[in-house]
Amino acid sequence: MLRWILGGREAQSSVEKSPVLCIGEEQPKNCFTELQVLKGHFDIVRFLVQIDDFRFASAGDDGLVLVWNIETGERLQELRGHSQQITAITTFTCSNGFTSLITASSDRSLSLWDPDTGNRVQTISDLQSSVKCLLVLERLSMWVSGGEELCVWDKDFQLLCHRQKYSDTGITALIELPENLIAAAVDKEIVIYRLVVSPDSSVSVTDVHHCSEHHDQIRALININDGIFASGSHAGELILWDSTNFQNLAYEHILWEESHPSGQTETRMAAPKPSEMSIQHLTTNGRLILAAVGSGLYVYDVVTKAVVAYRKAAHDSDVLHIMLMSDNELMSCSEDGSVRMWEIQDLPLAAEPASAGFFGMLTFGRSSKQSGLQSKKVLEIPNLRTLELTGDLIGHSGAVQMFLSFKEKGLVTCSTDHLLILWKDGERQSCLRSQALFRKLEENGGL
Amino acid sequence: MTVCASAASHASLSNNTMIGSPDVVAFTKEDEYGQTVPEPLDLPEEFSIPLHPLADSNPWAKTSYAKFTKDFILISEFSEQVGPQPLLTIPDDPKVCGSFDLNYFSLRIMSVDYQASFVGHRPGSGYPRLSFVEDSRVVLGDSKEGAFAYVHHFTLYDLEARGFVRPFCMAYVAADEKKIMLQFQELSLRFSQASECLKAGNRRAFAKELQRKLQDLEYTHSVLQREEGLQREAGPQCVYSATTVEKANELANVEKSIYEHRDLLKQISAYHRHPRRDPHAVSCQKCMSECLRECEELLDKYAKLVNPLGYSERPPKREGRQSQFDDDRGEEDVDDEGIKRRPSYTPQLIKAKSAKCFDKRLKTLQELCEETFYEATVDLLKETERSFRGDLCYLYTRRLDKTLHRKQKIVSFLFEEDLNDNVEDEAETLRPFCAVNHAIDNYVHLNPPHIVLGSEALELDGLKPQGPLDLTRETTTAQELGLLGSHLESSPSDQTLETQESSEGTKSFSSDKSGTDQAEKQESLASMNTECPDPYSDLTPEPDQNTYPERESSSEDCDIGQDQTPMSLLEIASELEARKDYECEVGTHSELLVPMDTACCMAHEGFLYESADPDAGPNSNLNPSQILVVNQEPHALHLIQDEYTVGSLCSERPATGLELPVGTLGDAVSHTSVEDGSDCTMSASTGSDRAASPLGYGRSVTLRQRKKAGQGALRFVRQYSFAMQALWCLLSGRTLVVLGADEGRVRRLVSALALFVPSPGKSGERVQPWLTSSFTLTDLHRWKLIGLQRVASPAGSSALYSLSRYSRYISILDVDMKTLRCPQYRGQLLVNMADHRTCIRRGSTYFLHLQSTLCRLAAKAFLLTFTHHLHLPVSPTEGPKVVEARRRCFLQEQLGLDEEDSQILLYLSRLITQRYLQSANGSCSAAVPSFSFNYITSVLYKI
Repeated sequence: MLRWILGGREAQSSVEKSPVLCIGEEQPKNCFTELQVLKGHFDIVRFLVQIDDFRFASAGDDGLVLVWNIETGERLQELRGHSQQITAITTFTCSNGFTSLITASSDRSLSLWDPDTGNRVQTISDLQSSVKCLLVLERLSMWVSGGEELCVWDKDFQLLCHRQKYSDTGITALIELPENLIAAAVDKEIVIYRLVVSPDSSVSVTDVHHCSEHHDQIRALININDGIFASGSHAGELILWDSTNFQNLAYEHILWEESHPSGQTETRMAAPKPSEMSIQHLTTNGRLILAAVGSGLYVYDVVTKAVVAYRKAAHDSDVLHIMLMSDNELMSCSEDGSVRMWEIQDLPLAAEPASAGFFGMLTFGRSSKQSGLQSKKVLEIPNLRTLELTGDLIGHSGAVQMFLSFKEKGLVTCSTDHLLILWKDGERQSCLRSQALFRKLEENGGL
Repeated sequence: MTVCASAASHASLSNNTMIGSPDVVAFTKEDEYGQTVPEPLDLPEEFSIPLHPLADSNPWAKTSYAKFTKDFILISEFSEQVGPQPLLTIPDDPKVCGSFDLNYFSLRIMSVDYQASFVGHRPGSGYPRLSFVEDSRVVLGDSKEGAFAYVHHFTLYDLEARGFVRPFCMAYVAADEKKIMLQFQELSLRFSQASECLKAGNRRAFAKELQRKLQDLEYTHSVLQREEGLQREAGPQCVYSATTVEKANELANVEKSIYEHRDLLKQISAYHRHPRRDPHAVSCQKCMSECLRECEELLDKYAKLVNPLGYSERPPKREGRQSQFDDDRGEEDVDDEGIKRRPSYTPQLIKAKSAKCFDKRLKTLQELCEETFYEATVDLLKETERSFRGDLCYLYTRRLDKTLHRKQKIVSFLFEEDLNDNVEDEAETLRPFCAVNHAIDNYVHLNPPHIVLGSEALELDGLKPQGPLDLTRETTTAQELGLLGSHLESSPSDQTLETQESSEGTKSFSSDKSGTDQAEKQESLASMNTECPDPYSDLTPEPDQNTYPERESSSEDCDIGQDQTPMSLLEIASELEARKDYECEVGTHSELLVPMDTACCMAHEGFLYESADPDAGPNSNLNPSQILVVNQEPHALHLIQDEYTVGSLCSERPATGLELPVGTLGDAVSHTSVEDGSDCTMSASTGSDRAASPLGYGRSVTLRQRKKAGQGALRFVRQYSFAMQALWCLLSGRTLVVLGADEGRVRRLVSALALFVPSPGKSGERVQPWLTSSFTLTDLHRWKLIGLQRVASPAGSSALYSLSRYSRYISILDVDMKTLRCPQYRGQLLVNMADHRTCIRRGSTYFLHLQSTLCRLAAKAFLLTFTHHLHLPVSPTEGPKVVEARRRCFLQEQLGLDEEDSQILLYLSRLITQRYLQSANGSCSAAVPSFSFNYITSVLYKI
């Protein structure tokens, strides 16, 4: 019995060690030494969105949107109105600087909320289909909703333009491109639309281009910088596109392939599940692209068009959300219920790739011309670095859906266990508390 | 007989010329006649204890010849029919008094009634006067009986009694004279409250009685008038038959009686306006005003009814009876709910000669006071009796304890019991108790609180009450006069009132004489006080000082009597109820109490600690097989089982606390005493411990339970070599999970370890003694100590999963395998607390040892928390790094703490900070509790 707990624990950690790095309990670089558990949701919490310096909103399958204070963990507002799960949420900042929240729900409605008062300012119901993604075009004071149809709305929730569906899956992701262009991920292709605002301020949407080089459903679509955007597919294809001429700038097919012979049989036996290389999420800081591929992480340099670092088994389960904290720090959360913090480090030894041989990476496309070029590149990666685990946050008992960083103020994670956890730097908090204490002491005029 | 009893009250002082009995001597402080003892240490006044109980005397010798076993309260009355008689004792148990002759003692105590009472018609006034009598307080000794008593005389009104008064007294009877002398002030306070409560009830009852009487008289009057009218009509105008004359006389008598009673009613309603000389008279303002209103309504009503002019002017067209009904109806229209509440009363015809009949039954105390007030008083007296249990030494220790607690309330929440009870305790003595349960804060201190611990308050007290008091008195009087005036308009009663007032103005009551007497006494006392700084000043009856000037001023402007009445006092009824509830609980749980042989327990202690594995004793009462095992255990193991008898096996009560070493000592004493009916003092035997069932009411933890916990902790420390590590986990805020298959063992261990949980909460909210399901992260920061069931079944695996998942936040103490998995502790701080070769053998000793160590820790934490420069930069150029370095330096070099020990202090400091911020924010703080932790590697300790 005891072995179950104590001995068993060691056994388990050794198990953990083989596929994934286990950092253990000593984490000097992990500054999150204080946490607050925020309760309020009744179902899976899927979305977190920052409202301003100290507020954020959380939304999930219970249709509730809650507004929280990051500093105190206080629940500031409860936005009730949606009868079904929230499918998308975004902030909308008007020209006067006032931030409101737009939510979309499976109950086929869209709502505009005032996070200060908790009032539902605008609402549209009885949409033909539920909205899957939202995109705010602040420059134009408009916003776009995507689902089975594409709608353009103005800030007063007036429908400006509407485009019928032409795909079963509908639009899963939207990004804004320069020159009033919008890129929408529709199943396997990216459709570029142009928003035309005519002098009489009527808006029309025209189909400009179809990028259809993905072989599987597109899961992620992001802007990298003004000139490039990227998309990732279920099959592990990462494609960089030119934002103006929509040309394919780079194509990476991420396959977690065993490279050394002894691993061959194993690899075969554990036939690569498609989800293992599915790109769940992409994030970038303009120079690096971080991709969540299956349960692994993959860092790609846009400039050199080369992989910088990778970790096939960064988590025990699929990575759901990732973020680049700085040039060499990143964070990921996963279905395994943990949040991990990574550091991109230079390899101490040249032999490192060999030792981590089973992480071998090959990128070869379906087309032979690409594979030859790229596999060569992989074999002699000039400056491949490693992703070192610097800390992990364990607290949720379910998959961590998303996290949101408030820099030094802390980190919020949301999970399928209906909870949000606020992770904070204990040192800083204790300092703040002391300040408050002495302030209070002064107010009270002594003890 | 040593002459050591003393009388002590201004009343008695004023009359001390009368004191002839050698038993009664002016209450004095020993120091005034003896040598002033210089304060050896420069302790604050409130912490000083009289260090010299009669040096030569054996403290136990005195009690030996008393005929009763423990202190009790006796209520006696001087019955006009049978003389002094005891009415009841508290506790109401014949065993308490033993062979002590209550009748004789009642005679003794009733014969020293120094209430300045004046009964009967006063010269110059046509009406009988109610005497408003201040209570008197006397200490009386009967060395032959070995009994000493604080005697509190008071007077209740009874319309049927001679002079309308019934003298009573309450006596606190003890075998230890010193105890009474030194506790005089507090006794006086408590009994004043009780007396005020009774008197308040009595005035209401009296007013009601008067009302009934007036109704009777009204009715009789009207009947007589009618009869007279009939006679007058029937008989010839000039002929006066004997019957006519008789009727006329009777009518006149009735009218006179009406006047008299109306006057009485007026007097009783004027009661509250009289300045109180009694410093302990604090009253519930609401009750007072309520009573006043009622009285005024009555007065108003009967002023109209009885108005002879009104009657004569009123054409006798209606029959008396009818008019009576009319009036009744009128009343009901006028009356507010205050009067409607009373049961309707059918007036009765009063015989012309309603002479005092001596065969008549006198009203009982319950009847004299309203039931609520009586009950409340009895409850208060019970509480008083309870709070004075134990010997003087114990009482002092407790008081000191309380004072100290109050001083360190910022940190005392960490390891001491929560002080809220105590604070209320204290407040309750100062605030009036309202028997009819009015909100607590509506009372007015007619006089400021009188347990004064500081010496400077002495002077102030005499002066403070003057201004505001006089002011309020004057304004109320003026208001009332105006009120009455407007009510009565041109009615003759208005005049009556005025004449009465004026007559009062000219009248000099006994106070003149006594005033001078007192003045002398006063001066001597005062001079004594100024001469020698008195360590007992908190015990001297300084009321004299306050009341003296007040009396002088008051005796001039109004002197109807001395007793001004607050309607009710005492203390919060809800608290009483809570106490009652609590007593019930104790009652039920006391069944678990297993009497133990002290000697046996002590004899076996070594055995317990060293050879036997106490944990081996399964003690789940539910399992028959285990009971079997129990029966085969040696006797000593029974003890352990009994200590930890598991009350209810509610395995899944997440919010349940367990019994913790919290709870006031006072509670401890009172509860245990409630159970066994004997005095419980600090020296109570450690052996006969009650079953420490995890009751879940932290408040109700007794002294014995603390000792139990101490024993348990000691056993843990001696048994487990890694106890220090476990204690470190608890003290540094790392949740400790006690894992085991046997619920009894786990619970036992948890309740022993609970001693070390900082800030366990009022009822041990931060401890979960037994958990069978898996826990979540929230639970981890709600509970700092968790007893977890080890289950082999798949159902239990989720719990195990959570164990391994959250292993970085917790330490795991495996009871079955005797292992501990926690971070390493290398500090020195806990070495003397958790030395498994400790020489301490007894739980109570260890408990005190712990308390002192933890107290020192808390003090250090306080220092750390409130030292500004350890947290904030001193100059703007300093960065956080500098501050941190300074803090570390402070911890390491000034406090000499290692890294791990510093963590304890930092955690305690954090708790203090949070608590301080919370209390400052008040209830509005909806902040989510935060949970901090460290990323430290754990190691596995084995025995």
